Amino acid sequence: MGTLYEDIVAYGGEVFGEEHMETLKACVQCGKCTGGCPSGRNTALRTRKLMQMALLDLREEIFNAPELWFCTTCFTCYERCPKGVKTTDIIRTIRNLAAKEGHMSVPHRMIGVYVLKTGHAVPIGPDQMKLREKVGLASQPPTTQHPDNKDQLEQVRTIFKSTNYDVMIDFDWDTMNLRGMEKKEGKK
Amino acid sequence: MTEDGREYAYFLGCITPNRYPGIEAATKKVFKEFGIETKEMVGASCCPAPGVFGSFDLHTWLPVAARNLAIAEEMELEIYVTCNGCYGSLQEADHLLKTHPHIKERVNKILAKFGREYKGTTKVNHSIVILHDVIGLDRLKEKIKKPLDDVNVAVHYGCHFLKPREVRGHGSSETPYILEDLIRVTGAKDVDYKDKLMCCGAGGGNRTADTPQSLEWTRQKLVNAIMAGCDCMVHPCAFCHLQLDRGQAEMNKAFGTSFNFPILFATQFIGLAMGYSQEELGLDIQTSTMPEKLLK
Repeated sequence: MGTLYEDIVAYGGEVFGEEHMETLKACVQCGKCTGGCPSGRNTALRTRKLMQMALLDLREEIFNAPELWFCTTCFTCYERCPKGVKTTDIIRTIRNLAAKEGHMSVPHRMIGVYVLKTGHAVPIGPDQMKLREKVGLASQPPTTQHPDNKDQLEQVRTIFKSTNYDVMIDFDWDTMNLRGMEKKEGKK
Repeated sequence: MTEDGREYAYFLGCITPNRYPGIEAATKKVFKEFGIETKEMVGASCCPAPGVFGSFDLHTWLPVAARNLAIAEEMELEIYVTCNGCYGSLQEADHLLKTHPHIKERVNKILAKFGREYKGTTKVNHSIVILHDVIGLDRLKEKIKKPLDDVNVAVHYGCHFLKPREVRGHGSSETPYILEDLIRVTGAKDVDYKDKLMCCGAGGGNRTADTPQSLEWTRQKLVNAIMAGCDCMVHPCAFCHLQLDRGQAEMNKAFGTSFNFPILFATQFIGLAMGYSQEELGLDIQTSTMPEKLLK
């Protein structure tokens, strides 16, 4: 583990390329990101502050900041930054690093459970199947949740296993649910 | 292939088929009117949501997206989507994999575990771009049977259709024009309103992290549209639809408001102007109800 900046460049760099992540260093704290941030009107999210915290290596502080999760990834700041700092991708990468160290809420971990169970973050249920029939569609689309496509769903599970996503959210393959949820919830 | 040689793989995602099938039905119907055929993507999964899985683990997000792209490649078809989340995820993944060979190599090692490969031979299209650029405004105009002349529309773009513009390629994210053109073709008027380009509040896991707080964004958005005299909101995103439509029921319960502001996906709005009934477009199976003005 290096400094937070080094970790952001290394981890995000493997997806976006290192140069993309190194733009963080160009931040001059002008605040244009924060001025246009729709979340900042309603929450404690201050993107300028997050960028500075990352540069000052305030790892624990930033990982424990609830507002880290109030960015909707709307990309307004990303588009407007006069220094070309790739703010939204930097925030997503900081969240990745936080999640890897266990800073992930139960509802956020549950989204992974739905995908591991059905291949969908928002699965279908009996009521929605009726709605589909009402507009003249097949009751279930031919996606990973369709009973005929269990082998396809298995492919998605293989990806999640290969990146240890199941371990990250503490997924129990026997119960197909989160393990020790109460314990984790109490710790938060 | 159809007469004009247009056939696409429809990447459904989650919200469209599993919550708002009216969006799926409307899009297939409108496209068919113009000879555009839709093929189903067997075995497609969640895109996966770019702000959500991108926030938790980008290294999982990318191969799952690449697998979905590979399905369309095997069909030898370009993709179309009806959700900005799917657009954001698949188009961004396609862009990264096409521009970073070493990332593609790593992702393909994972896909090889089940005999798939991302090659980079498909293209991710948004359905509203197909309406605007492939079908075109002139042909759309010919099919308008019920002009919506006195309807004032609040256009809502969502975020990941326009941004980041270096990936999306639809020009300036501050002065978009595609939805406005599509609204005008029906005879309706697009009305500027405060913070028109603001996010619906749902993305990036924010809805899951703090639902009432995310609904506050939605409340501001709807109030701004209503204050500007708009009759309805038209958008290109199934996830925004969920937040803007079902969000009204959630707000009415949580905040004691009484919102009933019509929310329509772009093809549902155009479908009405083409003479389809609200039942055919699935507008009768959602939270917000359609006023006479839109149904006459």
